[in-house]
Amino acid sequence: MKQELVQVDRLTIGYRSRRGQMVDVLRNVSLVISKGETLGLVGESGCGKSTLGLALLGFLRPGGRLRAGTVCFDGVDLFGLTSEELEQFRGKRVALIPQNAGQSLTPTIRVGAQIAEPLMLHLGYDQAAARDRVVELLRLVHLPQPAAMAERYPHELSGGQLQRVIIAMALAGVPELLILDEPTTGLDVTTQAHILALLREIREQTGTAMLYISHDLGLIARVSDRVAVMYAGEIVEDGLATEVFGQPTHPYARGLLASIPRLSESGLPQSMPGRPPAPGEYEVGCAFAPRCPLAGEACTTVDPTFEMTNHDGKTPHLVRCHHWKRVAAAEASRQVQDLRARAKHIVEAESLIELSEVDITYAKRGFGAYLRRLCGKPKPPRTVSDITLTIHRGETLALVGESGSGKSTIARTIAGLLPPCAGRLGFEEHDLTRAVERRPANLRRRIQLIFQNPDASLNPRHTVRQILDMPLCLYFDLSRERRFEQSVSSLERVRLSSPYIHRFPGQMSGGEKQRVAIARAFAAEPDMVLCDEVTSSLDVSVQAAVLHLLADLQAERGVAYLFISHDLAVVHAIADQVAVLYQGQLCEVGPVEQIYAPPYHPYTETLLAAVPEPVPGARARLLAKDVQEAEPPARGCSFQRRCPRRIGSICDEETPPWQVVVEGHTIRCHIPLEELRASQVDLIVLSTSMRMTCAIQGTPIA
Amino acid sequence: MSATVTTLDKPRPAERSQFKETWRNLRRSPSGTIGLTILVIHLVIAVISPLVVPYEPTKIDSKNLMQNPSREHPFGTDSFGRDVLSRVLMGGRVALVVTLTAGVLAITWGGLLGIVLGFLGGVVDEVVMRVVDAMLSFPSLFIYLLVISALGSSNVILILVLSITNGISIIRIARGVTLGFVARDFITAARARGERAATVVLRELLPNVLDVLLVEYAMRWSWMLLSFSSLSFLGFGVTPPTPDWGLMIAENRRRLAVAPWGSIFPMLALGTLVIGINLAADALAKAMGLDRSQEAPI
Repeated sequence: MKQELVQVDRLTIGYRSRRGQMVDVLRNVSLVISKGETLGLVGESGCGKSTLGLALLGFLRPGGRLRAGTVCFDGVDLFGLTSEELEQFRGKRVALIPQNAGQSLTPTIRVGAQIAEPLMLHLGYDQAAARDRVVELLRLVHLPQPAAMAERYPHELSGGQLQRVIIAMALAGVPELLILDEPTTGLDVTTQAHILALLREIREQTGTAMLYISHDLGLIARVSDRVAVMYAGEIVEDGLATEVFGQPTHPYARGLLASIPRLSESGLPQSMPGRPPAPGEYEVGCAFAPRCPLAGEACTTVDPTFEMTNHDGKTPHLVRCHHWKRVAAAEASRQVQDLRARAKHIVEAESLIELSEVDITYAKRGFGAYLRRLCGKPKPPRTVSDITLTIHRGETLALVGESGSGKSTIARTIAGLLPPCAGRLGFEEHDLTRAVERRPANLRRRIQLIFQNPDASLNPRHTVRQILDMPLCLYFDLSRERRFEQSVSSLERVRLSSPYIHRFPGQMSGGEKQRVAIARAFAAEPDMVLCDEVTSSLDVSVQAAVLHLLADLQAERGVAYLFISHDLAVVHAIADQVAVLYQGQLCEVGPVEQIYAPPYHPYTETLLAAVPEPVPGARARLLAKDVQEAEPPARGCSFQRRCPRRIGSICDEETPPWQVVVEGHTIRCHIPLEELRASQVDLIVLSTSMRMTCAIQGTPIA
Repeated sequence: MSATVTTLDKPRPAERSQFKETWRNLRRSPSGTIGLTILVIHLVIAVISPLVVPYEPTKIDSKNLMQNPSREHPFGTDSFGRDVLSRVLMGGRVALVVTLTAGVLAITWGGLLGIVLGFLGGVVDEVVMRVVDAMLSFPSLFIYLLVISALGSSNVILILVLSITNGISIIRIARGVTLGFVARDFITAARARGERAATVVLRELLPNVLDVLLVEYAMRWSWMLLSFSSLSFLGFGVTPPTPDWGLMIAENRRRLAVAPWGSIFPMLALGTLVIGINLAADALAKAMGLDRSQEAPI
């Protein structure tokens, strides 16, 4: 039996709500973390993950109160300590790695000094020793040139590097427990894969126990030995990662796993109905009952207790469900809806939008730019260059790439917010190089935008009715009554009931808000909808529902989508055509099934290899170098600096040619196609086989 | 509209409950309640005072000069024998009318211009803001005195000059708040739809800036009251013998040692009104900060 490091016993934490009532955000949570173990804590936003993570530091957010239970660290009750004792404890034995690394560093102090501070304060290092230790720590997290790195300011580092600095800082006191709260959320997939590899290495080297908090099941599967699934402030399932992912026994865990799009499937998984209850919304019974397909009478009247589903293994697999035996007995069947089978609207070769050799820059034009050129300042680089794409009527073209690759810039240009500086851009017979103000009203109506974050894209002071009224007022000459009817039917189209029409955005959940944003775009009856990371800010169970909605709307109305995403599994599910973008240049364009099979462009290959699939123990193949890219190289291939398959100086000097794989699928690389094909494995097949192995390894359940 | 709305589950219009929510928050704060009570008492007195004053406020009574408070004259009389109670009760009327009107004007032009500048940005914004900075570097009392000595004093001139000087400060505030919203996606969405600039300013931006403007209005009101009273005190505001607090303080200040009542009661009146407005404005700001549109979904 392993030694227990942390014991959380029937912990209940409440917050005072604005209306003055005490609302429990954690209910009766019991949890054990053994020494050297990594526990993954997974759940959707607002389920209490972060509150639990902070409780393990003996910390409550302002307004929070310990209502019941204990948190014991190595036998010491944290909430019984004095504040000085707690400070000592936090500095040495446990460390937190928060989500936004950049925000937790002071911008005006060099990173080395910031790491040295706790060393000198808590651990009694003198200045010289602290400096050496800082360099050692920075080397431990694989930052290049650690001594020089310590002299930099936070803004001089990339997001991934900042996260490494934070990890180095957390490791300074050689903690026994690391609490990682969404440590890679907001980073690009390739960077994320590197950070995960680093964490795994640190665990092997130092034997630190970790609590890894994330909403992303793929990440949790990669790092965790054991997994605890949280729902509405309660832990509903707790067991070995292989068991929880291989044979989930709680309906929520099963539903969550089923709603993640997989690389290996071309189609959309099923979504879970409903939404999680708000804190304090339910009193008795199972919190998941309203969304549960198996819910019976007992579920709403009797609190489920933890039951052990295995009696043989060393690590108990616990589940809190009245019907877990039925869940376990049911086959883990994934029902995937193939969208391409339904998409009948694609009319062959009828193109809607054509971009040819489009260059876009954010640099200002006019007199100021002229002056700057006179002063000898170099012309700013093009954000996006040489884009040639065609979007057909009724099809979905996905733009894929990491942050800063220019995906959104292209969407903004099509929307007319940022006119291109070179190239042709046409929509049927219309010219799209004109800014939105100069376009005819009917053309503006036919192109609509949906944004990533519905919090920002909906006016917080408008009711849903006013929000939906705006496009109707603008594009259609309708009476007030007709507009109201139209708004209600737009809402119904996005599966929201009519009472929502009087709500403000602040009174809806993220998924509901995104539906309203979609309803607003569709109220204009567009032919082309630009979807900019529309599901990235949503929880997985909601994401699937929104993707289904988009697919249904496309099938009904025959709109074309420009679907911008960094999530290759989602793209695989929804796209017809895929364009891969790196540093403002296209690397690969083709039909979806072609893109996801070799030969790949080296960058596509890197991206695909980095996708975290919810398979326990799966490891990303770290291909590309993890370097900071501020701007595209002046000459040659845009991917030259990070390319794992670089063949030589030709990559730096010459722009790679477009090589045609088959009609419609092109790759822009110097490496001959045959060579690429010969050296690459099919990553989709690989990920499928990994899942098979996992299913076999998973312990059979009674 | 009526036919369709009645079929819905919750047919109540949202705006009214937003107002209700603010009102509830305002009432819940003790300082807000006190401020509002003081404010309401002052406003009621200002409205009904011509009907209830015991004496004609401008009537000179040479037999009763500088009397101490008594049954006939609860606040005493001033150096002309005029009843101080009547003058105090009537003395806020001109000040309130002038400052309320000037406030509405200032908030309207300053607020709108600020939003427009924040939305437009670029050269126009840059130029206008430098002019605003230049004007703000003058002390406002200096501007009042300059304008009044050039154009003479009348209520209309006072309203204009107060609304202009205060409007300039409001431009800055409205522009600053607007800048926080202009970069948000809902404005980008409106631009991408091809909404006219006027629609974006009035329908998208104004509702978001309105709460700040309302609180600003309440704050400016008390400042304007003080400015107005200062002008009257200096002899540039209300012309005698019209009852006005600032003027009363000035008229009686020389006899402060002999007959303090003529100065003390108008000071108290002005003081309580300004404190009442400030308390109410602070509470309003807090009440608005917690309004319905920011509440978590329950």
